[in-house]
Amino acid sequence: MPVDVAAEILANRRLSADYNVLSLHAPALAAAARPGQFVMIKVGAHHDPLLRRPFSVFEVLRSSDGTPIGITLLSKRIGPSTTLIYNASPGERAACLGPLGKPFTIVDPPVEAWMVAGGVGLAPFATLAETLRARQVKTTLFYGARRGEELFYLDFFRSLGVELILTTEDGSAGERGRIVAPLDRMLRSRPASAPVMLYACGPEGMLAATARTAAKYSRPCQVSVERVMGCGMGGCYSCVVPMLGDDGRFHHVRSCLAGPVLPAEQIRWD
Amino acid sequence: MDLSVQIGSLRLKNPLIAASGCFGYGVEYADVVDLSSLGGVAVKGLFLNEREGHPPPRIVETPAGMVNAIGLQGIGVRRFVDEKLPELRARNVTVIVNVCGTSVDEYAEVSRILSDAEGVHAIELNISCPNIKEGGIQFGCSLAGTYDVVSAVRKVTRLPLIPKLTPNVTDVASFARASQDAGADAVSLVNTFLAMVLDIETRRPMISNGMGGLSGPAIRPIAVRMVYECRQAVKIPIVGMGGIANARDALEFMVAGATAVQVGTANFVDPLIWDKLLDGMMQYMERHQISRIAEIVGTVNDHAHP
Repeated sequence: MPVDVAAEILANRRLSADYNVLSLHAPALAAAARPGQFVMIKVGAHHDPLLRRPFSVFEVLRSSDGTPIGITLLSKRIGPSTTLIYNASPGERAACLGPLGKPFTIVDPPVEAWMVAGGVGLAPFATLAETLRARQVKTTLFYGARRGEELFYLDFFRSLGVELILTTEDGSAGERGRIVAPLDRMLRSRPASAPVMLYACGPEGMLAATARTAAKYSRPCQVSVERVMGCGMGGCYSCVVPMLGDDGRFHHVRSCLAGPVLPAEQIRWD
Repeated sequence: MDLSVQIGSLRLKNPLIAASGCFGYGVEYADVVDLSSLGGVAVKGLFLNEREGHPPPRIVETPAGMVNAIGLQGIGVRRFVDEKLPELRARNVTVIVNVCGTSVDEYAEVSRILSDAEGVHAIELNISCPNIKEGGIQFGCSLAGTYDVVSAVRKVTRLPLIPKLTPNVTDVASFARASQDAGADAVSLVNTFLAMVLDIETRRPMISNGMGGLSGPAIRPIAVRMVYECRQAVKIPIVGMGGIANARDALEFMVAGATAVQVGTANFVDPLIWDKLLDGMMQYMERHQISRIAEIVGTVNDHAHP
């Protein structure tokens, strides 16, 4: 059951000119959140911008005895709301509703987990990687960004034993190009008898390409979709995704309730 | 303190109604809101059959508001009765069903089905959706069309009948009058204002339908004015809405002439707004020593503020 809190901003760490990590005091929410779930956030009580914004839970903050005390959000500045989030100061409060939506389905060994992240789509994979490690699942992160300075938290993932495959569009770190290229190569060389679950989050084009690649090698793939979302509760019907129904036809499904994690093979990628 | 209000034969325990199209079928909010604590829940508009609605993007934010063109995606009246109504009944929800149609016959047929179902307390006639090709606003923008739909539905139901009016007309009060003449028990207003937002880089509309309906605090003063005009024009109760974001706004609509109010867009921003609205109303009643909230309805003092 989601809770709504006026969460105190504990810290706001700028990772670059566009990216920041916002830490929020929200113990009940942190304790309830599962990898892949999201929160609806609004910094300030103004009418402009009016609506909250959806964010994946990035990290769960814990006290020294391991008790969950809050969450962080990975944000990229692209508009008025994310600019407010980028500029927010510790001590301010943010309206924070969550956890919302369906989490990732977690696998167990011998299934391997391959996480495919594009840009700010890295967000849901920090908690997923922790959960997978606790289950001793061999995990790889395919992570693409525009340039090397926008590849974040690499040491965090390395410390969890996650293998990293990196690409940048300008070639300044990792392989030059898009992340789907190494994904395709590694899926091609993987024996069909070796099971793997793909998890993907990022820009729509990357998700569609990942879904096509997964289908090409007959691998299951869970995608965390991002849609313009008005409420996060199923009230506004703005965040719909065309999904294959039991009747063999595509229907508009609210990604806030049915997702944000959805089976890639059931989505119609326009 | 008496917060109850009367809409035709329907008694609401308080004036707060969740606005249609902004609250799903109500059940979506059951985990976070005690649905029976609301005066009523106006569920998402229903046609006879299921509808997929428009492709995304369906909403875009604007200064103090938002523009939407969902396209009345919905599960159809029969699935609503089978799948949603039992839970609403079990939760003691005062259910107002928003009824849509592409023809007068469809409005009447959907209303007839709902009249036979247990647990529907009122019908809100959607003759004002700006976002669909057929039906909706084409009835709500013509006085004869409004009269025809309301009188046809009046013949098939004894449920309180509340046409929802569009503000996209020159004289909304005349539509309230046509509704009253056709046998409506109340009118609700306003639906959204037809609007458009463009991306100047691509020169394309921001939502797939091109145009959509503007809601939120940006429209509130216009909506209050329209409620005030209708109050002068008709005797039947008015359900007021348009950009209500707090108790002050809700009370403003009531003073202007609304017996009850609907809250839509603000529920997106704060799904727990309902208790805050009620608290604010009760504080106002205490401050002004008002025992019945209904006393303030339509009590505008027309002398301007000094």
